[in-house]
Amino acid sequence: MEGKLLKYETVIGLEVHAQLKTKSKIFCGSDASFGGNPNEHTCTIDLGLPGVLPVLNKKVVESSIKLGLAVGAKISENCRFARKHYFYPDLPKGYQISQYESPICEGGEISFLTKNNENIIIRLTRIHMEEDAGKLIHDDESLKNLGSLVDFNRAGVPLLEIVSEPELRSPEDAELYARKLRTLVRYLDICDGNMQEGSLRCDANISLRKLGENSFGSKVEIKNVNSFRSLRKALEYEELRQSEMLDDEQLISQETRLWDESSGVTRNMRTKEYAHDYRYFPDPDLVPLEINQEWIEEIKKTLPELPDAKRERFVNNYQLPLYDSEVLTSENALAHYFEKTVEYFELKDVKLASNWIMGDILGLLNERKILIEECPITPSYLAEMIALIIDGTISGKIAKEVFSEMAKSGKNPKKIIEEKGLRQISDLDSLEEIVIKILNENTDEVREYKDGKHKLLGFFVGQVMKETQGKANPKTLQKILEEQLSK
Amino acid sequence: MQELLSFSILELGKRLKNRSLSSEEVTKAYLERIKETDEKIHAYLSILEDDAINAAQIADKGFKKNNISSPLQGIPIAIKDLLCMKGTKTTAGSKILENFISPYDATVVSKLKNAGTVILGKLNMDEFAMGSSCEHSAFGPTHNPWNLEHVPGGSSGGSAASVAAYSCIASLGSDTGGSIRQPAACCGVVGMKPTYGRVSRYGLIAFASSLDQIGPLTRNVEDCAVILSAISGHDLKDSTSSKKKVPNYLKTIDRGIKGMKIGIPDEYFVDGMDPEIKQATNDAIKTMETLGGEIIRISLPHTKYALPIYYIIAPAEASSNLSRYDGVRYGMRKESESEYGSLFGMYSASRDNGFGKEVKRRIMLGTYALSSGYYDAYYTKALKTRTLVCEDFQKAFTKVDLILSATTPTPAFKIGEKLNDPLSMYLSDILTIPCNIAGLPGISIQNGITSSGLPIGLQLIGKPFDEEGVLKGAYAFEKETKFYLKSSSL
Repeated sequence: MEGKLLKYETVIGLEVHAQLKTKSKIFCGSDASFGGNPNEHTCTIDLGLPGVLPVLNKKVVESSIKLGLAVGAKISENCRFARKHYFYPDLPKGYQISQYESPICEGGEISFLTKNNENIIIRLTRIHMEEDAGKLIHDDESLKNLGSLVDFNRAGVPLLEIVSEPELRSPEDAELYARKLRTLVRYLDICDGNMQEGSLRCDANISLRKLGENSFGSKVEIKNVNSFRSLRKALEYEELRQSEMLDDEQLISQETRLWDESSGVTRNMRTKEYAHDYRYFPDPDLVPLEINQEWIEEIKKTLPELPDAKRERFVNNYQLPLYDSEVLTSENALAHYFEKTVEYFELKDVKLASNWIMGDILGLLNERKILIEECPITPSYLAEMIALIIDGTISGKIAKEVFSEMAKSGKNPKKIIEEKGLRQISDLDSLEEIVIKILNENTDEVREYKDGKHKLLGFFVGQVMKETQGKANPKTLQKILEEQLSK
Repeated sequence: MQELLSFSILELGKRLKNRSLSSEEVTKAYLERIKETDEKIHAYLSILEDDAINAAQIADKGFKKNNISSPLQGIPIAIKDLLCMKGTKTTAGSKILENFISPYDATVVSKLKNAGTVILGKLNMDEFAMGSSCEHSAFGPTHNPWNLEHVPGGSSGGSAASVAAYSCIASLGSDTGGSIRQPAACCGVVGMKPTYGRVSRYGLIAFASSLDQIGPLTRNVEDCAVILSAISGHDLKDSTSSKKKVPNYLKTIDRGIKGMKIGIPDEYFVDGMDPEIKQATNDAIKTMETLGGEIIRISLPHTKYALPIYYIIAPAEASSNLSRYDGVRYGMRKESESEYGSLFGMYSASRDNGFGKEVKRRIMLGTYALSSGYYDAYYTKALKTRTLVCEDFQKAFTKVDLILSATTPTPAFKIGEKLNDPLSMYLSDILTIPCNIAGLPGISIQNGITSSGLPIGLQLIGKPFDEEGVLKGAYAFEKETKFYLKSSSL
């Protein structure tokens, strides 16, 4: 596969749909939240009754401007909505209100770090506002053969479509780009970024071309990817499929393919001949949307520190490695957790906190499938525990035990240490006593050590640790052992 | 006919207020009159007898307690069946909505209800307001009260015929290319299309969103002013409605036209214009002059493009607006398997059975005009040319205050005469369409009767949001000529 791919360059562009977290829908007052009984969140307008008219939700525009500002896009002073026509039972009006010729944002860029810490910048074509469609529920036993039913709760929920230029060059980069976009919308608090629930949806266009060629090959659109992982896997599959076709000198046809998660393949959905003619035209029910500079400035003031700026600050102010900073700033709440933890730390100790958060805390969240906001260990307890490591009260190893106890009970680390007697033995006298005892019990090994088998030092350390249940201060122990053995 | 049916809104209002008449007895008289006349003219699609009497009783209670909310309290009117009214059938004159009962009120309907109006029923119309004769109603044509063999005009044919037949005191219609003014002219009543955005379109079943506007049809200009004041104004539910303040149109109506400049566009004396209408229009010009108006010949050079622009833009928007009638959520559904499967079979069977010939024709025209590859040649070009027509008017209105013309080139034609000749039918709107293209306020008022006994209409067009000017001109003319006092023998 590698060999084949070397001949071709992969060209990927993504169209991401982000569902906005507004209270009401984009063109009416219906509840826009996820869930609810079927058709509970509907009204005359989102059901497309005769005679109704759309009225734009201002919050949707604000969210769009936020994202536009965050990616450095040009925000249109005068944009319009357009109708996109097609017939489907989940589309109440027979058209979707979207934007076509004049989207709210044009240009801008999203950058992300690769595994090798390379910063890749992908330019955006546009960001536009549109309404979501309803959902079909197809016949199954629970419907008692009623056929297909439609739930319009989602119809009219606001979406932003974020279209990238075809500048992504690998499935891996596509995944990183999508993840970064998710980070951004979550920082801005405009979308919850949940791919499983469909609040973030990703369609990918992929084509291959011979290395060095300038024109694009025929593009294939992939739909139905429900996670970042399946986005990458679908693109990898498609990359391979297309490269094999090109090797066999087959023509790749422009088509839309669906990703089949269970069998790990893409399948044809429709070919170009069956592509819709959407008959876009400006929606006469909605006046052109005017956005003045004042409004933009007002919104600018509400923007939080964005992930890239935060990452740079973490590198500069905390002297953390780029990788740590990237991970810690991938979620605003995580970055906040970190900053709370190290609030009173000396700079030299910050990296230790970063290690604990990136390793143990993220591990814990992953294991329990919870959010950082739901973490049972508060930043101040974590900070206390780390401080106890730093002042020698406990060893790093014991700390793991304290950590898992904190995760279980949410108790104060000091209390855990007291209750379980986990305090580290650092005083010379008591440790010396134990060392002498161990050396006396292992005279053979002592002899061998003295004969030059110095790697036995680890054995003695182990024995003392066993005796003290790991509570011996490793540095002090080493010093005493070396002293005693050189006698 | 009972005398009380002949009162205008203002006259009746006085009598209701001093309680020499009750709204209930007037309403009952109108309901009686509907039964009597509708056998002949078929203006009503539904009669809301119980609701009307109930509303009349409530109005009367108000009068008794001297609780009077508006000049329309207790006044029995009727509305075009394109307007949604809660709990009533709202068909748009189409089989596809034959059994559709609206769960909500259009903004104008709730305004009228709040004003204490009695709504007698819902009026016949060309299907989805597409037509100029009312023959395209799925529920049979309306007949012209002046001559039952003739059409009442359209699409608000029921709205015009009912006012002319005294089977309501006034009505609401909608005007996309002349659908209020042309039937008003055909039936010898007053009909006004306000400036685009003056009246909320919320709850008006859309034909062509950028052209549609609701307006009153009445027996005289004062009544028109009263209703217009009641239905105008900004609506949060319609983004295209204007925030401009609504004047009390009745207040300024009698100030006369002395010094007013009245433009006569050469282009509006079209080829094939009926000689009697031409004569009547020229006479009207002289009348205006004697009333103190300054007559100025003007040119609106792009007038000839108005009809072709209209027949691109209106069908394009209609093809989109009518997509929602798909048999999925409400309205007619017909199941059928087709080569595209049962879903698309259902769509095409429902729409094929539900829509009439003219509606299908316009959906096809509009779909074609919006199709990729044709969009720029048709739709974009139509929009650009629309700007030229607007600029014609802008230029003209730097020199004049009002524009005067005939409303229609011919009087009402015979039922069936133009049914199979859509192009000649389309031409009956040639003088009214430019006003919609430019979004201007326009009125049609009575301008006499032809030798064969059919009404002639006179059109006045004003500057954007100068309904006051239009009404002033119309009122001065009608007071002078008294054409409005003539009624059909029905």
